[in-house]
Amino acid sequence: MKVLIPIKRVIDANVKVRVRGDGSGVETQNVKMAMNPFCEIAVEEAVRLKEAGLAEELIVISCGVTQCQETLRTGLAMGADRGILVETDAELEPLAVAKLLKAVVDKESPDLIILGKQSVDGDNNQTGQMLAALLGWPQGTFISKIEIKDSGSAITREVDGGLEMLEIKLPAVVTVDLRLNEPRYASLPNIMKAKKKPIETISPDALGVDVAPRVEILEVTEPPSRQAGIKVESVGELVDKLRNEAKVI
Amino acid sequence: MNLMQAPAAAGESDADLQAIRDSVRALCADFPGEYWREKDRERAYPTEFVQALTEAGFLAVLIPEEYGGSGLGLRAAAAILEEIHKSGGNGAACHAQMYIMGTILRHGSEAQKQKWLPPIARGELRLQAFGVSEPTSGTDTLSLRTTAVRQGDRYIVNGQKVWTSRAEHSDLMLLLARTTPKDQAKKRVEGLSVFLVDMRTALGKGLTIRPIHTMINHSTTEVFFDELEVPAENLIGELDQGFRYILDGMNAERVLIAAECIGDARWFIDKAVAYAGERKVFGRQIGQNQGVQFPIARAYAATEAADLMVQKAAALFDAGHSIGESANMAKLLASEAAWQAADTCLQTHGGYGFAEEYDVERKFRETRLYQIAPISTNMILSYLAEHVLGLPRSY
Repeated sequence: MKVLIPIKRVIDANVKVRVRGDGSGVETQNVKMAMNPFCEIAVEEAVRLKEAGLAEELIVISCGVTQCQETLRTGLAMGADRGILVETDAELEPLAVAKLLKAVVDKESPDLIILGKQSVDGDNNQTGQMLAALLGWPQGTFISKIEIKDSGSAITREVDGGLEMLEIKLPAVVTVDLRLNEPRYASLPNIMKAKKKPIETISPDALGVDVAPRVEILEVTEPPSRQAGIKVESVGELVDKLRNEAKVI
Repeated sequence: MNLMQAPAAAGESDADLQAIRDSVRALCADFPGEYWREKDRERAYPTEFVQALTEAGFLAVLIPEEYGGSGLGLRAAAAILEEIHKSGGNGAACHAQMYIMGTILRHGSEAQKQKWLPPIARGELRLQAFGVSEPTSGTDTLSLRTTAVRQGDRYIVNGQKVWTSRAEHSDLMLLLARTTPKDQAKKRVEGLSVFLVDMRTALGKGLTIRPIHTMINHSTTEVFFDELEVPAENLIGELDQGFRYILDGMNAERVLIAAECIGDARWFIDKAVAYAGERKVFGRQIGQNQGVQFPIARAYAATEAADLMVQKAAALFDAGHSIGESANMAKLLASEAAWQAADTCLQTHGGYGFAEEYDVERKFRETRLYQIAPISTNMILSYLAEHVLGLPRSY
């Protein structure tokens, strides 16, 4: 089984995100970047499938700037076999990423695509679903468990009411949730081995994909700072304020 | 004389170092303050932490690939130790496993390297005890009194060492002993030899280890030799040339300790900044007061400056240069920056800094050591005055 793991380079989850002075977006200059945490979970799951003898080849792929190579190296150090960088300086929207991924899937023909349910920067939660739609493949989103069987794949997804068990046929797209696994840290020998693993670079043009944005961002602002609350003396006062001031009951 | 040899593959890029730092940070996240507090309280060895570092290959960073390590340079080793300390942990329980083997690597025979380095790289054999200091000779190494006398195919060792860290948690010990009496040595710096002592077989047969309880959780000991037999094949390098062999290893050690100090300093500064930002007194953050923020800013500047010297010393070592001057200055400046940051962090925390749960008091005690070990500040200053500036010898 061949597994494709799309991963994204985002601002490190430990960094406090700041809005750019001109309100055009968030500041990414001189900010520490890292692999999106959900993508780490996706890579970890793929590596476990390989360690269990269920997958033969793991390919990590990232779409974006040159420095995404570092993110791919992280995935290679965790255990992926090779990397693909679709290199572009353009701001990529989920639909553009899904189209780029589809073009690569057409070339590589993986049996399973594992990706994070969303990235912690845009929080769009769209790429996996769009990719499944473009490919016409079954999808399992927000999964907390995956089993590979002869007939396909049995997955458990986290839904509002609890857990939902599904069987889907391969090839398929799955997006992973937080509780699927705990990603490993790369060992020093594996970090060094990753340097020798191949990363192929392709351009969106070569894949015949138009990545021009469909959405215009007008302004990005900091959320308003929270106002201090008030203390009420009695239940009666609370009910009064909720009814007459907040007008919520 | 330049005794350094550049490691085989010291060409790691900044991206490699960043990947190493990220991975060490992720590893250390499994060992939070609570873990270190408990070890400190019980004066227990952090076995689980050392195991995790070993399994991830970080302690074999300096061992060449042909002997099972990663063959990286001192910059990589420094990055690993800095990240450990920056995370709130402490590398002293195992940092020597990284570098003591350097004496075998640089001066041992091919047979000795083949025999000892691969199991050390795998972590099966721990070589993290170094018997040098004695009760009557610390930095005055040439005056040490432990002797090794040849008898047939072995040496008979008698004497005592003190401040031998991790002897109880090490399988092997690198031992410096006098093999030619001081007055018969051809040169002042000759007459000492280096041996590899297999403590697994020596314990109870002429080797006794006695722990010393100290201000910090450091597993240090005194070690006694009474007619201990060491096979002659465990002599490292040439007879009577041991002093030379250990000097170059000591410079590498100083750079690595300096990197730990930088990690400590960064931890203290992060901790002080966070507390100054959240603690409110008289209706506002204490970090709004210049009296609180200026010392933190000053400690930050001192840390960044000291780190430049640490990076310089490590880079010079990796390029094969002699680093006596830069390694000593790196240790001096980094240990003082760490102490400045520690004092500032404690002051910022006020009374809470004394509460164990903030980890400040533990790190405060731990980082104080590095103005004393592995060499005291005054000895560095006299080295710089005499050997770098050409002033008269003061002692």
